[in-house]
Amino acid sequence: MTRPGAAPPWTADEMMTVTAARMLWNGCVCFVGIGLPSAAANLARLLHAPEIVLIYESGTIGTRPQVLPLSIGDGELAETAGCVVPLPEIFAYWLQGGRIDVGFLGAAQVDRYGNLNSTVIGPYARPKVRLPGAGGAPEIATHARQVFVVLKQSARSFVPQVDFVSSAGFLGGGGARRRSGAPGAGPQAIITDYGVLRPQPGSDEFALTARYESVAAADAVRATGWPLVVADALEVIAPPTPAELEALRALHSRTQTAHSRPVKLPV
Amino acid sequence: MPVVTLAEAIARHVRDGDAVALEGFTHLIPFAAGQEIIRQRRRGLHLIRMTPDLVYDQMVGAGCAAALTFSWGGNPGVGSAHRIREAIESGWPQPLAISEHSHAGMAAAYTAGAARLPFGMLRGYLGTDLAAVNPAIRAVSCPYSGERIATVPALNPDVTILHAQQADRAGNVLISGILGAQKEAGLAARKLIVTVEELVEELAAPMNAVVLPHWVVSAVACVPGGAWPSYARGYYPRDNAFYIAWDEISRDRRRFSDWIERYVLATPDFAAFLARLRADGGGP
Repeated sequence: MTRPGAAPPWTADEMMTVTAARMLWNGCVCFVGIGLPSAAANLARLLHAPEIVLIYESGTIGTRPQVLPLSIGDGELAETAGCVVPLPEIFAYWLQGGRIDVGFLGAAQVDRYGNLNSTVIGPYARPKVRLPGAGGAPEIATHARQVFVVLKQSARSFVPQVDFVSSAGFLGGGGARRRSGAPGAGPQAIITDYGVLRPQPGSDEFALTARYESVAAADAVRATGWPLVVADALEVIAPPTPAELEALRALHSRTQTAHSRPVKLPV
Repeated sequence: MPVVTLAEAIARHVRDGDAVALEGFTHLIPFAAGQEIIRQRRRGLHLIRMTPDLVYDQMVGAGCAAALTFSWGGNPGVGSAHRIREAIESGWPQPLAISEHSHAGMAAAYTAGAARLPFGMLRGYLGTDLAAVNPAIRAVSCPYSGERIATVPALNPDVTILHAQQADRAGNVLISGILGAQKEAGLAARKLIVTVEELVEELAAPMNAVVLPHWVVSAVACVPGGAWPSYARGYYPRDNAFYIAWDEISRDRRRFSDWIERYVLATPDFAAFLARLRADGGGP
């Protein structure tokens, strides 16, 4: 067991990934973003959710990769998939068709209502930082029955208002999302390196509802760009088990070996 | 449908100022064709692609493009597409006008283009700022229910360029694995160029395989390895190490320009490009 202030024998990334993985259930149909969401979704599959259906926007349905993909369309995803469908189909029939339980996303910025920015920092026409853009996220955020977001917490990334809404959360809060006609319930959890934030009934504003053992609630408040509300009944998240850490580290190690393997063309 | 060299296909079919789509979603990205366009110094292109990654980073940085229609632009799993980013942020080597979508929007636009409909529609862009910055994203009311549905204008490139596994000598093309919007982008275009890993006597195509028949293909060129550093299922895997290495090569203008000069502009074709990379100890 660790006390607040003491460095635990696992990294913040590992704690986040394990916490996010625990939120996915066996049999859940999950539309997976690349990076931390992909690591968490596959960790869940290797541990408590062997029948989870992982869908990547490249059109791979029911994929079971042995190593994490670097890109959203690595060959490993196709070779281990139940089926591979064209990209227009994955968005039209499977996502817009309402077949996704959980959309699992990252972003560069999130605001107090769970709106996500992956487009620009600064004004759109003269960006301070031009980010890659929205990709599949806007419609994942609209159509998945619920959305989980994984993002490291800092006052720069957790802002009162995002510079650009790439993907809608609860918009301006207070039921605005429901009135917009979005079919999905929106972001139901933001998993960070401090704990978990959940939307509050009525306001739709995200509040800290769980923290890691090694973190004090005040640290999470300091790492947030808006006056973060801390839930009265603040849950303490159980540390990663040896089995969780072992599976995650083995997955990363297999992945690193695979990604550094030299490629030889047959020509 | 002639089987030609890649240089002939680009020379004949790609003009300065054309709207050009190189498609392939992570898989089967036509890198050799992108580099041949750089080699032939095409200018003022309107580049279209869902995921402008390294292939458009090279073309934008080499000065081929004036406009970009896209939905995600970066080095997947690694970070920024530095050349595209610098073109947008500071206009180097020239300003780049952007038309930005979501993946679902681009997919709907290609699908409409292939069907020769004026626009595609989707329940999309809801609550986002994309419609505010892209005037092409609009809405219609459903004539039956009155529901507002987002629309995107059809994409009909002057030329679409794809890479595939195989073609036969008549020019029928077989694609397998992750497809992206290759078929839609191919059929949306006025002209379609395909590079392939291999020319075969007969396509071993299962009944429901994705086949582009020779009479919709303007030119086929056999370019083994032509999707490297992306991949061709059944031939070679994705060279993730090169995608990681590209971050350093492309970060600095000068280093990027030297790389393009040495490996692309100063080599006659893709085989020579690969040979020079290998001679320098960096090739696949």
